[in-house]
Amino acid sequence: MPVPVPIPRTALTLGALVGVALLLVLGVDRGTRSLVESTRARVLERTLVEVLPAANGDEPVRGAPAPERIVPAPDATEPYAPRWIEWRRIDGRPAGMAMSVIAPDGYNGDIALLVGVRVDGTISGVRVTDHRETPGLGDDIERRRSDWITRFDGLSLDTVPPSDWAVRRHGGRFDAFTGATITPQAVVDAVHGALSWAERHGTLRGAGASR
Amino acid sequence: MSATPIDTPPLATHVPASGSSRTRWRRLAVDGLWHRNAALVQLLGLCPLLAVSHSLVNAAALGLATLTVLLVSNTLIAALSRHLHDAIRLPAQVLVIATAVTLIERAMLAGLPDLHASLGVFLPLIVTNCLILGRAEAFARRAPVSDAAVDALATGTGFAAVLCALGALRELIGRGTVFGDAAWLLGDAAAGLEVRLFDADHALLLALLPPGAFILLGLLLAALRALSALSVRPARSARPPRTGTDAHDDAVHR
Repeated sequence: MPVPVPIPRTALTLGALVGVALLLVLGVDRGTRSLVESTRARVLERTLVEVLPAANGDEPVRGAPAPERIVPAPDATEPYAPRWIEWRRIDGRPAGMAMSVIAPDGYNGDIALLVGVRVDGTISGVRVTDHRETPGLGDDIERRRSDWITRFDGLSLDTVPPSDWAVRRHGGRFDAFTGATITPQAVVDAVHGALSWAERHGTLRGAGASR
Repeated sequence: MSATPIDTPPLATHVPASGSSRTRWRRLAVDGLWHRNAALVQLLGLCPLLAVSHSLVNAAALGLATLTVLLVSNTLIAALSRHLHDAIRLPAQVLVIATAVTLIERAMLAGLPDLHASLGVFLPLIVTNCLILGRAEAFARRAPVSDAAVDALATGTGFAAVLCALGALRELIGRGTVFGDAAWLLGDAAAGLEVRLFDADHALLLALLPPGAFILLGLLLAALRALSALSVRPARSARPPRTGTDAHDDAVHR
């Protein structure tokens, strides 16, 4: 025998609970927003230092004055167009840049990367800044989980032919992980794509560097 | 299948009404920590347990987060339950749990970004940890607030302890360290806490992968069972942890 539900009262109770929960979440979101932003900025800053070319090979010096950040016009027809580029100057001369690139074809969606390139076109560093790859399988692209991502260091379009920009299983020169091919392939494609984008647009030459 | 008598249902639904509050709390504590330990006996919450326990720091962080959510949800649900009609009981409980998880995730994102990144999706997934809704539904909604809080502390600590044990074990076998990346949880001052016992080259990768977690948990359960079987047991005091098929009733919750 079903007991009739006092609808107005239950609706009111649930509504009030939802309201309180919403207020709490909104309040905490407001309250922590600036902290979260500054934390994000700090983490990004740390990653930029890791990928940008260093002054003399060991101790990175962030370019002062304020880093020059360029946002290229978005172009849907261009694969791997960077979301933004940040230049590094050492002693007033451009030393290299970091490109923020998205690999759209990870196993679980987008993988956000920072690709650091010296003015001579060689890679100074690559780091993953955001991803949702499978923990334990695909997350070896993180520097803190493995050193796989450092194998890009020093490579360039000049030294690696287009067919080699792939994991070994696809005929390239990069190792895949045990149980994960899609993730490393996506990262390799994105790094290659970003380098090619810079090449097509003469980004590095535009900085006054001779190649 | 097992010879072990089932003398409490998998999710104890009784509220110990009698006895002084101190006796009740002691019993709740012993039950939560041991007799119906969420991970060892009820085998609840294994998905996050096995997924993030590849290092002690990760395990401790998820354990703490789970404990906090459980404490908040149990206490609030015990306090609110008088006003919750059966028709909205479950949605209200899930709402309380989800709100607590969201707030904790946000706080961790702001304060401990490395740890937040390391726990990844398993932090928001605490919402779906059946252990938490299980305690709300089976216990907190019919218990006084203080009992619910004690129960949450005991159950959460029991869960976190197993998580930490498994995390330490897997990190040791897989990477040869204990307390690596301690700075993620405790700040840069703790970076020196890492203990490297042997060179990572000799480490067993399997221990870091999910199958290794299953195998280690299995071994842990077997060892505990063997231990309790060995010990002299007067009928009540040293009930061995119920494992395997005994707990299959819980499977529907996972």
